Amino acid sequence: MAYVRRRIGGALLVLVLAFIAAYILLAALPGDAVLARYGNPDLGLTAAQLAEIRAAYGADRPQLVQFFETAGSFLRGDLGYSIQSGAAVSALLAEALPSTLTLAALGLVSAVALAVAIAITATHPGLRGHRAARALRNLLRGLPPLMVSLPVFWIGIVLIQVFSFQLGLVPVLNAGPIESLILPVATLAIPIAAPLAQVLIRSIDEVLAQPFVSVARARGATNTWLLSRTVARNAVLPALTMAGLLFGELVGGAVVTEAVFGRMGVGQLTAQAVAARDTPVLLAVVVISTVVFVLINLVVDLLYPVLDARLRRSDAAAPTRRAAVAVR
Amino acid sequence: MTTHHETWTPEQLEHPARPESAAHTEQSGQSEHSAQPQPLLDVTGLRIAYRTRRGQVEAVRGIDLSVARGSVTALVGESGSGKSSAAQAVIGLLAENGAVTGGSIALTGADGVREELVGLPERAWRELRGTRIGLIPQDPTSSLDPVRTIGASVGDPLRIHGWRDRERIEARVIELLERVGLDDPATRARQYPHELSGGMRQRVLIAAALALEPELLIADEPTSALDVTVQATVLDLIDELRVATGAGVLLITHDLAVAADRADTLVVLRGGTVEEAGPTGKVLAAPSAEYTRTLLSDAPSLRQIVDRAPHRPTAGEAPLVRVRDLRQEFHRRGSGEPFVAVDDVSFEIPRGTTHALVGESGSGKTTTGRAIAGFRAPTAGSVLVGDTEVTQLGTGKRLREFRSTVQLVHQNPFGSLDPRQSISAILEEPLRNTRRGNRAERRSAALHHLELVALPLEVASRRPRELSGGQRQRVAIARALILQPEVVVLDEAVSALDVTVQAQILRLLARLQDELALTYVFISHDLAVVRQVADTVTVMRRGQQVESGEVGRVLEDPHHEYTRQLLAAIPGTERAWGHHHRATTDRAESGRSTPVPHESAPGGHRRTASSEEITAS
Repeated sequence: MAYVRRRIGGALLVLVLAFIAAYILLAALPGDAVLARYGNPDLGLTAAQLAEIRAAYGADRPQLVQFFETAGSFLRGDLGYSIQSGAAVSALLAEALPSTLTLAALGLVSAVALAVAIAITATHPGLRGHRAARALRNLLRGLPPLMVSLPVFWIGIVLIQVFSFQLGLVPVLNAGPIESLILPVATLAIPIAAPLAQVLIRSIDEVLAQPFVSVARARGATNTWLLSRTVARNAVLPALTMAGLLFGELVGGAVVTEAVFGRMGVGQLTAQAVAARDTPVLLAVVVISTVVFVLINLVVDLLYPVLDARLRRSDAAAPTRRAAVAVR
Repeated sequence: MTTHHETWTPEQLEHPARPESAAHTEQSGQSEHSAQPQPLLDVTGLRIAYRTRRGQVEAVRGIDLSVARGSVTALVGESGSGKSSAAQAVIGLLAENGAVTGGSIALTGADGVREELVGLPERAWRELRGTRIGLIPQDPTSSLDPVRTIGASVGDPLRIHGWRDRERIEARVIELLERVGLDDPATRARQYPHELSGGMRQRVLIAAALALEPELLIADEPTSALDVTVQATVLDLIDELRVATGAGVLLITHDLAVAADRADTLVVLRGGTVEEAGPTGKVLAAPSAEYTRTLLSDAPSLRQIVDRAPHRPTAGEAPLVRVRDLRQEFHRRGSGEPFVAVDDVSFEIPRGTTHALVGESGSGKTTTGRAIAGFRAPTAGSVLVGDTEVTQLGTGKRLREFRSTVQLVHQNPFGSLDPRQSISAILEEPLRNTRRGNRAERRSAALHHLELVALPLEVASRRPRELSGGQRQRVAIARALILQPEVVVLDEAVSALDVTVQAQILRLLARLQDELALTYVFISHDLAVVRQVADTVTVMRRGQQVESGEVGRVLEDPHHEYTRQLLAAIPGTERAWGHHHRATTDRAESGRSTPVPHESAPGGHRRTASSEEITAS
């Protein structure tokens, strides 16, 4: 199918461009990793010795040659070696990934659940009649903008302060595997749930105002029926796009969250690599996040035509009314 | 929704007319024994109010109407008359800020049990909707869920009201689709709304409304979004199904001609009150209310609404506009075959006359109009306005200079005026763009043109949103005229307006043509209007020129089957085909064969309009 082929081609192009951009940016950083590790005057290495080390790492060859070599080894699945520790980058990542993936996945799932709960309660037509219900509605509608404006590290610190230190509900030290996840997941979920809830509320409002919703009402539909059968599928489309884009937020949030809660993971690894100018690690992290980001958005793109038949039209579209209208 | 307007408590909102409804239920006990059968729907003294920022606004102020079993009652009125509010109240779906503040709505079932609907709890309403009261909505394009199949939408009422057996639902859906005249119903059920035409979608919506065979069908402007030929067939279908199922129909329409054709009883609504009600034939033949007479005299399909001497070209003078072999192709994405929007269209327009381009949506009439105005270079052919070859103007200075020769007036007066500019700024803008006159001259030109289109001068300082649709269209016309063009392309310029406003604008256009010696290209789908305002006409269908010539000749003696179809589809005229099975007998004399004298009409035209003028054409 041409649509799928076009999307996959686009995704691959994005990957290649992201790799090139990341490489150029990292190469443009002042100083190099060799200098960062061995440049310390305490080691007492001479300039000649440093040049030797560079030659050993292949860092003295022209940038273009280095670029293609790195690209080639990435394609083979060889992510290189950390300059800082000398360990294989793939091994470092393999160690850090599971914990981060758990955090990210749980964060995303709770964010979606939270957003859906807020959006449905805030838009439920059954909650329009009574004064108390209207107050709740307005409160919930005010919540997402507030949540968007809170920085992740601040949420993390407040959560630790309140739930661990003051209420003593969740231990910070010597926490079990599940207990240690509660607060980081909450920290991560809140800023992601907020824009999602905002988009959902807006699109549910829009769909509820559509004539086909009043038609369904005129057939005797209940509010629950309306939300689950008619509104949900129409309103989920914009939210889906948003969810795909929010993955970027998830990566950034994971870095900060892991730093605040002192969890080992890709976030911590990244933070350390930045501090040490550990280019191979950074490049690997960037490429891996790009791959995941592109994959998620590819899935979103491919889901669209499944959910909305109007986007299913292939290039050899049958003559439709819409074409005629566009022409008019 | 802030507090001080909320004069109603939630309980009142839900049961605003409790005491009365109780009274009615008592009455109903007696009426069961009375000899006179109760009408299916009986609305008495209905009042509806909306809470707005400016306090409570009453949209319906005590109307009475009834729908008998198996008959059609038409609720006729212009926008703002309260007809839609009344319809929404009957199905219990008023907007959130609206409520029934008085009166009664009673539904009497086949078993003679009379049920009061005002104050009914939501749960009871839900059981009624779809089962006993069905709705055929206004706009078929947006009334079907775009992401679900036709079959799912038609099956909705069945599932909502407790059908669980998948196969039974599917069988019923296909039966319904077949019944509303869709070919290959099994395939249609699997298709999505965007794959169907407007007329087919309306059939689907009718099928869904009929799913549980309701006793009362509310048709809320069921055809106003459809092409005329489709409109006629859809109305025929509703008629047919009404006869077959014995349902009563409450038809909401702004079009008196549609009501005249279809209804047994007419209720004319204006400003929330009933102006006139009675059997259709009687109301049309001898309207008692002044307003009904105005509506009648402004309905282009029932009466001559514009007094206009036909314009004959001066002998020997070359035509002002010459269109030769015009062809416009559009490239479709991903497809090698271009879409041909206009295919070999040729016609000539003598100076000072009106040429109409007639056709349904997608016929290429707008594309042709835009080619004359120089908005799109056609794929092939020539457009000559005066001595200028419009297709050769390019995109630069010469085209901009040509723009003052041909001006365009659009259909939608809401979208075509910049909401942020004052009316005088809107009128002066073309002058500023063409660097004509100084500030004072531009200002006085703007005021002069306001006068020309009969708008008060105070309008100059207002914004578009403070004006009504008709006033906005007058501003749009004034703006087109301010550059003193020779040709004005009117693209469905009166289609979005209420009939009385439409009649006023048409009279204005006729007057301006005489005063300023303008040449009009009048794009319309409405043959009833065209035959009154045009001198020559080109009938188009799917980009092809079907017929072209003098209006009198083409409409009296149509050579092409499609022109005949278009003519037959005009509501209010005796339709050549179709199957008219009406119970009312006095329809024939319903203002079609009897001359109706006209004392006055808005705009000060004194004339006598006889129906001969219309049936003659």
